[in-house]
Amino acid sequence: MPLSSEEKRRLEEKAHELRNLSVDTVVWAGSGHIGGSMSAMDIMTILHHKYMKIDPKRPAMPDRDRFILSKGHIGVGYAPVLADLGYFDKELLKEYNHTGSPLGMHLDSKKVTGVEASTGSLGHGLAIGLGMAVAARLKGESWRTYVLLGDGECDEGEVWESAMAAAHFKATNLVTIVDRNRCMIDGPTEEVMALEPFADKWRAFGFEVVECDGHDFDSLAAAFDRAHAAKDKPVAIIANTVKGWGIDFIAGDYKWHYGGFDAEKTAKAKESLARHRDARLAGAAGGAGAAGKGGGK
Amino acid sequence: MSGMTFTMLDATKMSTAEIYGKTLCDLGEEHKEIVGLSADLAKSTKIGMFGEKFPERFFNVGIAEQNMFGMAAGMAKAGLVPYVSTFAVFTSMRALDQVHTDICYQNLDVKMIATHAGLSFGQAGSTHHCTEDIAIMRSMANMTVIVPADGVETAHAVRAAYGRKGPVYIRINRGFDQAVYERPDYGFELGKAVTMREGTDLTIIACGSTVWRAVEAARTLEKVDGLKVRVLNMHTIKPIDAEAIERAVRETRRIITVEDHTTIGGLGSAVAEVAAGTGKSFSFRRLGVPDCFSIIGLHEDLLAHYGIDENGIAAAVRETMGRDFEADENWDDEV
Repeated sequence: MPLSSEEKRRLEEKAHELRNLSVDTVVWAGSGHIGGSMSAMDIMTILHHKYMKIDPKRPAMPDRDRFILSKGHIGVGYAPVLADLGYFDKELLKEYNHTGSPLGMHLDSKKVTGVEASTGSLGHGLAIGLGMAVAARLKGESWRTYVLLGDGECDEGEVWESAMAAAHFKATNLVTIVDRNRCMIDGPTEEVMALEPFADKWRAFGFEVVECDGHDFDSLAAAFDRAHAAKDKPVAIIANTVKGWGIDFIAGDYKWHYGGFDAEKTAKAKESLARHRDARLAGAAGGAGAAGKGGGK
Repeated sequence: MSGMTFTMLDATKMSTAEIYGKTLCDLGEEHKEIVGLSADLAKSTKIGMFGEKFPERFFNVGIAEQNMFGMAAGMAKAGLVPYVSTFAVFTSMRALDQVHTDICYQNLDVKMIATHAGLSFGQAGSTHHCTEDIAIMRSMANMTVIVPADGVETAHAVRAAYGRKGPVYIRINRGFDQAVYERPDYGFELGKAVTMREGTDLTIIACGSTVWRAVEAARTLEKVDGLKVRVLNMHTIKPIDAEAIERAVRETRRIITVEDHTTIGGLGSAVAEVAAGTGKSFSFRRLGVPDCFSIIGLHEDLLAHYGIDENGIAAAVRETMGRDFEADENWDDEV
């Protein structure tokens, strides 16, 4: 179902707020995976604020939907989403990366309420999510499992083992999303290890593929609606995104996979985010191309 | 033994893996949340017996161990209790990142029954031998490591694994094992070594397929040499029975460990870690596969080749008993 304009505005504001909180978290942490946090933020926002059946007051609710952050290094993006929802005190974000803090670069499900799986070693999330999806079906339960992968992560062989198995077991209660920001640590994905034809790869493994603009809530909503209607094949959403979206001086730059902001850069980042939020709200911009510098499609 | 539905006579006719398969079928009747997973080795590991009985609760993931252990983690997170079986070499190495991060880190109820361990798949060569798994698995936090001595003990271990919170690694052999127990109710207790023979001259601490051989060696040494050799079956490598080791150091002063595994990091190392902490002087020797990739051959012949069969163990005992270390002027009992 298309988003109402009110809903869209609400999501835009929330994503903007979370991006800012993520920038703050990077500052409190000293440094962090800012680029991938910005590219994935609209995906995480629409999932947690529109689609997922969750209750932060009852984090162990048996029939909750599960979200697995397979690209586990964007803890500085994901922890703000959870803190904002009330899974834990937002103040805790100020201790990110501190000695003895429950919050570190890769979030630990044993320490951080709301985190469903301890990820960080790339390529693991889809298998874990598939195990959950198969378990839900075996137990006759209707909750869904969402797995967010990075595109560079798809170099890992395990991803394709899991993809093969998800199709084999017809895991239609599993939604796979790839944050296709086209960057990895050492360079653009197509230069380091080419993924294209990427959608064809997923199709060949038995998925129905929905490509969308990962920075356009209408486009994301259409993709999730399609995924939720899956009948025989699991659905993979390839969300075309821009690494570092919204922060002009890092957008589309693979070198900003990881980094830190001083006071000047922080102010510049927030100013840039505000400008892009305004543009999206005005409907004048939005979409993967809006803040891209060589990223997007 | 509660719930054991086969007799000792049955046990002698079944391979160790078949006893595992049958035990898992029985457990599966009792506990509906148990599921089985294998990676195209359902037949070889005998988890296929569970799969035939409970087809809807069994998942063959094809030859893809990493995905299998990851799926098992996800299933455990969702409240199921997965028993996962493939060869030891693939459990401990091919999918180690998944075992470490998905299962151990999150302390999940995944039970890994790894077959074809040690040199038991002798003719398959070093791609299928597994002489490193005890060292690897016992270094994983939260992990319990069990190396049963025979089929009956495997049945006990598979049952005990269900009741134990967190990941459990059970290492069994390909094919048949010599039965070391006359009765199934010998008192298996996780984390407690079984005294197979009492003795005061020396203690052999063994696990898995070397237990029967250690007992045979001790029997010969008593008959031929008049030696009283204690034999401990250290079936649980982690948590190890420190008390039994400390008692052996105090009471027999000579310790020999025997394992179908490299001498680096396995049972011998685990025993040494405890024994060295006693502050007592003692004579110590580790028998196992030396730091090499094994030659090819039948399991029996490989154990003989590396001196971890009855004769090799007996020879090591005699040599250790022959050492006049107590006459050494530097020998100091209480350090």
